[in-house]
Amino acid sequence: MQVYRWTLTMALSIIHRATGIALYFGTLLLVWWLVAAASGPAAYAHVQAFAGSIIGRLIVFGYTWALMHHMLSGIRHFVWDLGYGFKANEREALTWGALIGGIALTVLIWIVAYANGGGR
Amino acid sequence: MSASESPKRSLRTPLGRVRNLGAAHSGTSDFWRQRITAVAMTLLMIPALVIIVMLLGRNQVYAAQTLSSIPVAVILLLFIFASAWHMKIGMQVVIEDYVHNEKLKLVSIMLNNFFSVAVALASTYAILKLSSGV
Repeated sequence: MQVYRWTLTMALSIIHRATGIALYFGTLLLVWWLVAAASGPAAYAHVQAFAGSIIGRLIVFGYTWALMHHMLSGIRHFVWDLGYGFKANEREALTWGALIGGIALTVLIWIVAYANGGGR
Repeated sequence: MSASESPKRSLRTPLGRVRNLGAAHSGTSDFWRQRITAVAMTLLMIPALVIIVMLLGRNQVYAAQTLSSIPVAVILLLFIFASAWHMKIGMQVVIEDYVHNEKLKLVSIMLNNFFSVAVALASTYAILKLSSGV
């Protein structure tokens, strides 16, 4: 690996995997939330207390970013699967698009979430 | 089953039988399913996010009521089904890339299947329980 010049597309390839692995284990949060909703008010209050805490919010924020980034990075792979976007400038544009778009969508979702009572 | 061992005669050529099956002997089905589930989740992302944002900060009674409505339940069921399948395939690719010990690889792939199915079933059970209102 050391002989390669580290490129943006290489870094994003690793990040795509890393976010995928994080999302894999992060599904436990989704399961916990749904099972708690089906279990009753006491179980649901536990989920809310955790999700509302500083650590909980950080984890959910990280999860939101991982999801948005993985989705956009995945769309980039899909474009490549279809046979487009292989020129150097297109490749870079898609990669930057996934990187910046993932952060932008995450911030947008959290603004909407707070406006809709996420701070309740 | 090579052509010479098989008692049945077939018009399929040996090339025709192995074509597209690849090193995993399962062909390109995982590759294809990975893409189908990815596209499904991308299409479902906005409705799924709307549902989650709608429920932020609400109590369990409100959440249970919303989650039991048919469109919400169906959207979440589809999203969970696609997610579980997608993550099972994705993690298997990661395992096959990095785990080189055959026994450990076998165990890891089994655990991956158990985890993915458990995630899918637990979520599905919860949604169906909410929808049935018991």
